[in-house]
Amino acid sequence: MAGSNPNAKPMDLTLKVWRQKNRDTAGQLVTYPVKGISPDMSFLEMLDVLNEDLLIRGEEPIAFDHDCREGICGMCSLFINGRAHGPERGTTTCQLHMRHFKDGDTITIEPWRAAAFPVHKDLVVDRSALDRIQQAGGYVSVNTGGVPDANAIPIPKTVADKAFDAATCIQCGACVAACKNASAMLFVSAKVSQLAMLPQGKTERKTRVENMVAQMDIEGFGACTNTGACAAECPVGISLENINILRREFIAAKATSENLA
Amino acid sequence: MSWFTKTFSSTIGRKIIMSITGLFLCSFLVVHLIGNLQLFKDDGGAAFNLYSYFMANNIVIRIMEIVLVAGFVFHIYDAIVLTRKNKAARPIDYAEQRPQDNSTWSSRNMGLLGTVILVFLIIHLWNFFVPARFGGLEGVVIDDVEYENLYIRVVESFQIWWYVLIYVISMIALAYHLIHGFQSAFQTLGLDHKKYTPFIQKFGYAFSVLVCLGFAIIPIYFFFFFR
Repeated sequence: MAGSNPNAKPMDLTLKVWRQKNRDTAGQLVTYPVKGISPDMSFLEMLDVLNEDLLIRGEEPIAFDHDCREGICGMCSLFINGRAHGPERGTTTCQLHMRHFKDGDTITIEPWRAAAFPVHKDLVVDRSALDRIQQAGGYVSVNTGGVPDANAIPIPKTVADKAFDAATCIQCGACVAACKNASAMLFVSAKVSQLAMLPQGKTERKTRVENMVAQMDIEGFGACTNTGACAAECPVGISLENINILRREFIAAKATSENLA
Repeated sequence: MSWFTKTFSSTIGRKIIMSITGLFLCSFLVVHLIGNLQLFKDDGGAAFNLYSYFMANNIVIRIMEIVLVAGFVFHIYDAIVLTRKNKAARPIDYAEQRPQDNSTWSSRNMGLLGTVILVFLIIHLWNFFVPARFGGLEGVVIDDVEYENLYIRVVESFQIWWYVLIYVISMIALAYHLIHGFQSAFQTLGLDHKKYTPFIQKFGYAFSVLVCLGFAIIPIYFFFFFR
């Protein structure tokens, strides 16, 4: 097999997985032994192996979110051994490989924990609260005319880079999961600052931050204590600087916008 | 709700109040510590008692006293509101957590540290502020004028070992509270800049340690070295 390590020995692991039938029932951690796991497998492939076993035994397979398995879609989640997306920095769960674990390890796998992220089933949580925040203002209204000439809208490279870095947020919710307050500040800040920095986002600049922060509070996320856990666990490295930009945007908007409500 | 109340009842708005009152309370600590340094003057407490008389009777100080109480009230009230909201934001906690891998202990325990400081504040006010302000102290004559002897109350209080211990532990809690709080307040106000933030962080650390050390030395000095 191309790219595989011929010296890698298969591992036997003990998994403690959160099982929950649906939103309305209580869940619990259930222990499953898994055998013969290749260190070349991704974490999700390891769960696929367990699910195959469960299906053969006639048990309900473990539900977990996943889509691209390339670390770009933001669909996978999982709180692994006390860390959002597991122990590796800058890595989504789908890109976390089993070589970071040892034979005989016990791995605890839990869903994102937040009031705003109710558990659908097992490890799958409803993250539509983030969509509703986005819908509250994370867009630009521009009349689509002809394509503007290159260099007609001058944007300094540093600003464009910062906006792009903020725009790399994949909306996975790891920031909420890692925060002791289940705060969505890093997510909201990335979505606000990417647009606030660019001329296209100026139209709704003040109303956007007011509405997105209001929606963030309505959804029941906690407040920011500046622990920095969110940025430390973010798989795409969204900077804490965005949260400060969000605060400046919020203060400026509240002080100068014409919205009285 | 008007736009104003809406702003300051949002999570970001409440944090702004936390940060402004927090920094204001830091400025109070400096004034309080400088005043207290007069306890070290070898004059039988004359300077300290005159200072305490001034603090209790000067009109500007009396007005600032109300502002200070308001600062504490807003800081504590918003801390309670935010803590309740934060707890409600995660009704079911994780079975396994490794927060030490992504954040500092003090940043995660501001509420606990704040509670220790609040308990200390109540003890401290009860023992010194209440008698100094509302009567209950002995008299002392300085330059043929009678004053209340707050100095002797300080001396006597700090002969009690467990009282000294409460003070030292509380000042350690305050130091950790400030180590996170001082720099965090600037972040909360959005005052973040490549040029200044590293300085603010270092200054905040030094400020926290030095101010709390300054306060802690007072009971230690009176317990061990004052005869």
